[in-house]
Amino acid sequence: MADGAAPLPGISRDAYNARSKRRGLIVASASTIVVVTLIYQLVPRAPGWARVKASFFDRDVLIDTFPRLLDAFLIDIMIFAWCAPAIAIWGLVIALCRDARTPALFPLRVFATLYNDVFRGVPVILVIYLIGFGIPGLGLSRTWSNPYIWGSLALILSYSAYVAEVYRAGIESIHESQRSAAKSLGLSHRHTMRYVILPQAFRRVIPANMNNFISLQKDVALVSFIGPVELLRQASVEKSLLANFTPYIGAAIIFLSVTIPATRFADHLIAKQNRERG
Amino acid sequence: MESPPKIELRHVRKSFGSLDVIKGVSLGVQRGELVCLIGSSGSGKSTLLRCLNLLEPIDGGEILLDGSDISHPMLDPQPIRQRIGLVFQSFNLFPHMTAFENVLLAPRLNKRIPRSRLKPKVEALFHRFGLQDRMNHYPDQLSGGQQQRVAIVRALALEPEVMLFDEVTSALDPELVSEVLDVVRQLKGEGMTLMLATHEMSFAREAADRICFLDQGVIVEEGSADQIFTAPKERRTRDFLRSVR
Repeated sequence: MADGAAPLPGISRDAYNARSKRRGLIVASASTIVVVTLIYQLVPRAPGWARVKASFFDRDVLIDTFPRLLDAFLIDIMIFAWCAPAIAIWGLVIALCRDARTPALFPLRVFATLYNDVFRGVPVILVIYLIGFGIPGLGLSRTWSNPYIWGSLALILSYSAYVAEVYRAGIESIHESQRSAAKSLGLSHRHTMRYVILPQAFRRVIPANMNNFISLQKDVALVSFIGPVELLRQASVEKSLLANFTPYIGAAIIFLSVTIPATRFADHLIAKQNRERG
Repeated sequence: MESPPKIELRHVRKSFGSLDVIKGVSLGVQRGELVCLIGSSGSGKSTLLRCLNLLEPIDGGEILLDGSDISHPMLDPQPIRQRIGLVFQSFNLFPHMTAFENVLLAPRLNKRIPRSRLKPKVEALFHRFGLQDRMNHYPDQLSGGQQQRVAIVRALALEPEVMLFDEVTSALDPELVSEVLDVVRQLKGEGMTLMLATHEMSFAREAADRICFLDQGVIVEEGSADQIFTAPKERRTRDFLRSVR
């Protein structure tokens, strides 16, 4: 009579699992609907909501200004488009300098280390001010006083430091046995780097670098502080003209429409990589 | 008169920091000979092979290939490494390249031979070791035994004069060991000079021309397979053989 097993319910394991999965889905949907409905019903009843709405969420202002904001966003895309490849290349150069092993190249190594310390330790906006106002202030000819050039240079210098660190982490993550194998085949240090280490390191740091470039996409707006009328600056102009903050919300929507998908994609890549390596 | 050894070690010493790993090893390997290094883990077998391939600079003594010193620190190790192939326990294939690209890489870069001229030669190598239908696979699409055979082919593509095998079957599932050891037998049949660090005692006994028992960085005993396995002279050799049996 000491049979400890409880009587089994008359339902198969698969059916039971399917049923609990279905139940979970229903509960999650229901609770989400309740919360969203509550917010939708309660927030407009909050005292002062009318003023908040008029100031930040004015539909007419949004519709009126949005096309001009989109036009201005093209300038952000442009700046991003020429900065990103330059950062990818200059960051790699810095990373390789930090990896230099021959004694003769020691100064390069010191330079790269200092470079990374300085540019990662200083606010991006400071570099933009310093270069964007400072260099044209030296009395350059008109063509060279262009804020696009110096603003972009500031972004490139700052972001290369971050990207270089990511590359370096990638290079160091490649197991020593890969170097041994390449060496045992008589490959030179340069060939080992070029054909064995870097291709693997690059792949491994794609997600981490994507996050860097997503940040860059946002920080392009900082260049507006030295002149170019890009999205953020355009939104400021509209805000001043209309005495309404809705253009900023419009700008935020535009930034988010790029950064959210990009972040999700980077997360997806990271998860995939973890699965493959796990 | 006996010909000079293909490869010879004279009083080779190697330490890592304060740890002496090789404490004066002398050994000559004749052309076409298969020498097995046996001994427990940490006895210095792997380090010895890495020194021979010049992956580790030695701290004393000399290594001679065809009678000339290859271990002098002023020599450029790259051309020498191509004459001495090394195969690793963990295969160390390049995971981002196909088997074919793995094999092609070093000859293409080192000897500056264009890909089109190399292609038939590399394909012939894959055929020789029964890997022709695996050429375009990536390492992670291959079994351990296949990966190790590709690694052997990769080393052979440089047409080395000596091949070193560093516990090449230790990372393999038991049923895959024999396909790799068959390759070693095949190379011996073709007259290659071979050195093997191994834990496969039955293979060593059957295939080796000579066996060296290493313990704590020195060769305790060397002799024919028969002599070492049936009548070891040294007590340490006896203890080791009893422990692995």
